[in-house]
Amino acid sequence: MTEHKTPTSTLFATLIALMVLLALSVVASKMLQGAAATTAALAIAVAKALLVGWIFMDLRRSSPLTRLIAVSGLFWLLIMVVLTAMDFATRGM
Amino acid sequence: MQFDDAEQQHEAAALGMWAFLATEILFFGGVLTGFVIYRHRYLEAFAEGGKELWPWIGTANTAVLLLSSFAMAMAVHEAETQGRRKHIARYLLLTALLGATFICVKAVEYTIDWHEGLIPSLNWHPEHLSHPDQTQMFFFFYFFLTILHAIHMTAGIGVILIVAWQTRRPDFSSEKKTTVEMLGLYWHFVDVVWIFLFPLLYLTA
Repeated sequence: MTEHKTPTSTLFATLIALMVLLALSVVASKMLQGAAATTAALAIAVAKALLVGWIFMDLRRSSPLTRLIAVSGLFWLLIMVVLTAMDFATRGM
Repeated sequence: MQFDDAEQQHEAAALGMWAFLATEILFFGGVLTGFVIYRHRYLEAFAEGGKELWPWIGTANTAVLLLSSFAMAMAVHEAETQGRRKHIARYLLLTALLGATFICVKAVEYTIDWHEGLIPSLNWHPEHLSHPDQTQMFFFFYFFLTILHAIHMTAGIGVILIVAWQTRRPDFSSEKKTTVEMLGLYWHFVDVVWIFLFPLLYLTA
């Protein structure tokens, strides 16, 4: 872990990529409407979160067990959102 | 000795921190699930609510927060490079300053919301809205999510300042490297939460 730290050039490139994605999300919100706008906004948010997680939070150098714990939180969230949405979708209201 | 070596200690700390962050995902996730469900049901009213916000303020604040994450990543980078305590402190203070800027901008935004009568229950004047009750629900979510996020940031800023103060000790860098790294994980997580709050609240109107 200590012997291969992330070089500052990589950290800076990540910052630039995050700023470009932020600008892109604003442009997309002006140009797109409805479901397309929501999809684009969320896709860009996921890309930003992956960059922060992978580089800044160093998941790329983390152990498999640490990555598993990191992903498990998202998996539980997925269960909560999907099952709740299913309940509402099938109530026939 | 609790651990065989520094590597194992680091691994245990990272694992514990990520387990805590998993509970945090579900803490925010519960509210987010509610938001997603009601946004789907009251699409028009929630879009109307989003239009009442100021996307440029939100965008600028997102940029400030991304910068703060970069500053924190630099602090962690310095902590991993042995013996540069002043550099660690400098980047930690920059992170805290950017975090405080975010909170101040948010406070200005809340003040504008107050003057526009957009505070549910307390100062709610929905005369110009077509679905006032449902849009009020949007603002309940907006304030709950952003205040919950701001509380997390305030706590983070507090710990950052404490650790920055601790860098004054000459023996800091060798034993506290992991502390800075774990603080970094927390700060980046709070950044990621905002990365999702920003488009959900401001951009999908």
